[in-house]
Amino acid sequence: MATPPNRIPAAGRPAARPNAQGGFVYLPLIAGWLVPGAGHFLLRKWGRGALLAASILGMFILGLAMQGKLYTSAHDILEILSLVGDLCNGLAYFVTRALGIGADQVQVTTADWGSRFIVVAGLLNVISAVDAHNLRTGRKPLE
Amino acid sequence: MTPSHFTAVLLFALCASVVFGITMRDTPRRMFRYGLYCFALFVGSAIVLSWVMFLIAR
Repeated sequence: MATPPNRIPAAGRPAARPNAQGGFVYLPLIAGWLVPGAGHFLLRKWGRGALLAASILGMFILGLAMQGKLYTSAHDILEILSLVGDLCNGLAYFVTRALGIGADQVQVTTADWGSRFIVVAGLLNVISAVDAHNLRTGRKPLE
Repeated sequence: MTPSHFTAVLLFALCASVVFGITMRDTPRRMFRYGLYCFALFVGSAIVLSWVMFLIAR
């Protein structure tokens, strides 16, 4: 059975424990997008950051190992969505593109799964970065 | 790397469940429980849908 969702503070009322910190408020969001888990590392959530980094980067690397396709251009709506998903991986996408890693075309069945792994890793990376932002702003309590 | 379809499902479910658990809940105990719940749903639904597709194809 699923556990009950997090309590979100009522609108107009400050969070129960605002995570008041100085500095640029969007830094964990941007860092979390560029490097998986970095947003949580900035907030000193070492365990969560390490697990997120291992999961997201692991999924990305597994996708590459399955000869997944790295989208570099888009000709139809599905390719556009896949390209956006790939871009959500942050620096990992740009580094692998620069190194020429990743298949240009899907040729085997596992490559199709690999392509999906890479796209989903990007989407999970965005969720992780937004979570770091919520921790930073106090919308989600720092435990 | 050429994993079997079921191995790919397990790997996918494991990675996604870890992220879902950490991001959707706020205490470690609840994160773990929710991650486990997501993992079971991912794998369980994949098995059920596989059987449904197998029976439809017959």
